Amino acid sequence: MTGEIASTTALPNPEREPKNYLNAAWTVRSWLLTVDHKRIGLLYLAGITFFFLLGGAAAGLFRLELMTPQSDLMESETYNKLFTLHGIIMIFFFLVPGIPGVLGNFLIPIMIGARDMAFPKLNLMSWYLFMIGGCFTLYVTVAGGVDTGWTFYTPYSSTYSNTYVMATAVGIFITGFSSILTGLNFIVTVHKMRCPGMTWFRLPLFVWANYATALIMVLGTPVLAITILLVALERGLKIGIFDPRLGGDPVLFQHLFWFYSHPAVYIMVLPAMGVISELVAAFSRNRIFGYKLVAFASLAIAVLGFLVWGHHMFVSGQSLYAGMVFSVLSMLIAIPSAIKVFNWTLTLWRGEVTFSTPMLYSIGFLGLFTIGGLTGLFLATLGIDVHVHDTYFVVAHFHYVMVGGTVMAYLGGIHYWWPKMTGRMYPEGWARFSAVLVFVGFNLTFFPQFILGYLGMPRRYHVYDEGFQVLNVMSTAGASILGIAYLFPITYLIWSLKYGPKAPANPWNAVGLEWMTSSPPPTENFTETPVVDFEAYEYHRNAADSHG
Amino acid sequence: MNTEFQIFPDAASTAAGKVDALYLFMVVLSAVLSVFVAGLVTYLAIRYRRANNVNREHVDHGNTIEYIAMAISFPILMGIFLWGAKVCFFLFRAPEQAMPITVVAKQWMWKFQHADGRREIDTLHIPTGQPVKLTMVSQDVIHSFFVPAFRTKQDVLPGRYTSVWFEATQPGEYRLYCAEYCGTNHSRMIGKVIVQSPEDFARWMAGDAASDEPPAETGRNLFEQYQCGTCHRPANEEGARGPTLEGLFQSRVPLAGGQTVVADETYMRESILRPAQKQVAGYQQIMPTYEGQVSEEGVMHLIAYIKTLGAPAATKPAAAPAPGSPAATEPAAPATEPTVDTPTAAPATEDNAANESEGNAP
Repeated sequence: MTGEIASTTALPNPEREPKNYLNAAWTVRSWLLTVDHKRIGLLYLAGITFFFLLGGAAAGLFRLELMTPQSDLMESETYNKLFTLHGIIMIFFFLVPGIPGVLGNFLIPIMIGARDMAFPKLNLMSWYLFMIGGCFTLYVTVAGGVDTGWTFYTPYSSTYSNTYVMATAVGIFITGFSSILTGLNFIVTVHKMRCPGMTWFRLPLFVWANYATALIMVLGTPVLAITILLVALERGLKIGIFDPRLGGDPVLFQHLFWFYSHPAVYIMVLPAMGVISELVAAFSRNRIFGYKLVAFASLAIAVLGFLVWGHHMFVSGQSLYAGMVFSVLSMLIAIPSAIKVFNWTLTLWRGEVTFSTPMLYSIGFLGLFTIGGLTGLFLATLGIDVHVHDTYFVVAHFHYVMVGGTVMAYLGGIHYWWPKMTGRMYPEGWARFSAVLVFVGFNLTFFPQFILGYLGMPRRYHVYDEGFQVLNVMSTAGASILGIAYLFPITYLIWSLKYGPKAPANPWNAVGLEWMTSSPPPTENFTETPVVDFEAYEYHRNAADSHG
Repeated sequence: MNTEFQIFPDAASTAAGKVDALYLFMVVLSAVLSVFVAGLVTYLAIRYRRANNVNREHVDHGNTIEYIAMAISFPILMGIFLWGAKVCFFLFRAPEQAMPITVVAKQWMWKFQHADGRREIDTLHIPTGQPVKLTMVSQDVIHSFFVPAFRTKQDVLPGRYTSVWFEATQPGEYRLYCAEYCGTNHSRMIGKVIVQSPEDFARWMAGDAASDEPPAETGRNLFEQYQCGTCHRPANEEGARGPTLEGLFQSRVPLAGGQTVVADETYMRESILRPAQKQVAGYQQIMPTYEGQVSEEGVMHLIAYIKTLGAPAATKPAAAPAPGSPAATEPAAPATEPTVDTPTAAPATEDNAANESEGNAP
């Protein structure tokens, strides 16, 4: 296995163990007090991998419980705490910080030819805030859990729940600041730190996507913080804001919550779109079809994303006319997303396509994100949403976007940049096998849930009607496959740190500044400040250079 | 009722066909587009794989293709939106003569009361061919009334009335779910809707309905218990410190701030529980708050009674038409429409007659 991989991927490495950001220092202190964006990226990698495993374990447990219609493994209280834990961890501690925290931190400065982020210490602080918030969540998990669902709907969360709502709220509040500071850092870095010649329209689309994400983080997250604060005020001090018994309005909470949490969907998926742009270009050896439109589509999504929150509330008692406005706007946001899918697909046209692991994840992403996006249209359609709202249809839809989209892109990106981040190649055979397994397991888990949803199975149901069992068993079977498929990359990537073949500077023969420095890069990223005199994804010139 | 494996839900309401048609259209559209994307990716990936010797000459293109794609997708999206909105208007606009039922939801139970007083818990009997309108409120957290076979759903809020309507078409038992997560036993907050033919429904209603007091009757007792009539009396009478409640329902009430408000159920509920919220023009705020003193059911009963104060006796039909028919039990319907629809049963005739006479001669 190892030999085969080595023979196909190990290219001659001209330099002998030059100084790089990894071997620059070995102490624990040099990691925990680092201001190197690359090391901070790896700190995030450790953090979010841990939370991903925790959130995944919660999902594994409740999927097991859902094998049968009755309550077998656990009580309803435990079930409710598990799906809440799963949602909170996966959203606030994996999906939101995931790609920006790991890949964004690691790559953005290198991709724009900078030495570091604009505010390196703030960057480290973001990671600490993320971890402190995470510790609160861990404390809640150990102390007894929280059962409000990740949506914290009032007045249940503010008055009725007897679980650790406050501690959870504090954790999310703190983590929110990590998000805000990361967004701030990205925006300033992209504006001020680009190297000579790196114009806005020479930026890789990954940078554009993260820039758009950063705008949402900075503008949206404070609203979440305020909302959580209001819930805490009501819960702690009995100040009537959301609970009608105290004179509040429970639907107000939903407006505030979704004003952040719908844009948050784009915080989670835009960076993934950025990753896919990089991967599809690299493995088609082609410039992204319609580069500028893809860049503008990211901005359009970021802006429109703030105007569609009411589509979560069609049956909440919101006015029908408000519902119509939100429905139209939600239809419109489909257009930039569709343009992106269309352009990634057409990037293959006249390309030179190879099927390494990152490309397999990208192709998987295209299929799953397409289904996720199209089923989003169902939910934006008023007449259908009334029936499928709060059913498994919604669960299936957002997992197609969040897991089929974001997680696929994240895994593809981790494989693509693994040689750059660690200086080691991963085992290609295992990786391809895992990618296919993830795709199969994912579809088996979540496709049956669309059918369950239209049948009317409500989400967050611990016990359910017998007629739903067959589809639930399929879903649980798929989840088992998916769970195993996720363990493979974790295992072989760790293995590769020691046993993987040494990676050359540019194992994919790709273009982009990150491939023009060594693997792993030196602490200062480039030995001398690069000057950019080429366009993004200039594969044709690159091909001419290397072959001609 | 959802005990056997299905891949498509039962359809048992007038809305079901409309929702299903739109849904199936979307399924077909999505399938076509997914197959198109998957096919295009597969074709391009295979044709332009590295090993294949094909023309890879780089051509610089504008964004014409994207603009064409946008131009095609925009009208399609707007078409879907309009169709969806049309279905939604059908789902949310109850017909005027719908049979009224009140719903109080609580952790983890559904409480129903028919207009003639008949109470049910976690089970709701309704006839086919008769639009039914539920006025719902929650006693605690947010719940959601969801009957998949009817393809409709509405959140049930604390502190505010929401409503949902449907007209069942197929007799049978259909599952009722709470669709909004509401705490520990959320998944056990289920019930069933029993749809019967009008004859069977009439027979069921005639069963032991006498044991349940009609809501307006209960409301009248509450009205007396709280001595509401001490202040709320016609303005020319002595001691009329509060606005009269006669003819209040659906009338336009001038407020102290200069606005007017339509006196619907939500307004009446708010004015009972938090009278200071909307101060009627020309009156002082002397009414105490009844928040926490009257249960949600009690408020619904009071409202049912106040509605009976609506119509002057002269415009009432001489004989109660279609005794016991759902609409006849809600005299609050505009008095100019004395006719009622679909006679179904004859229970509680005396109660209704008594309500009306008492209500009209306070």
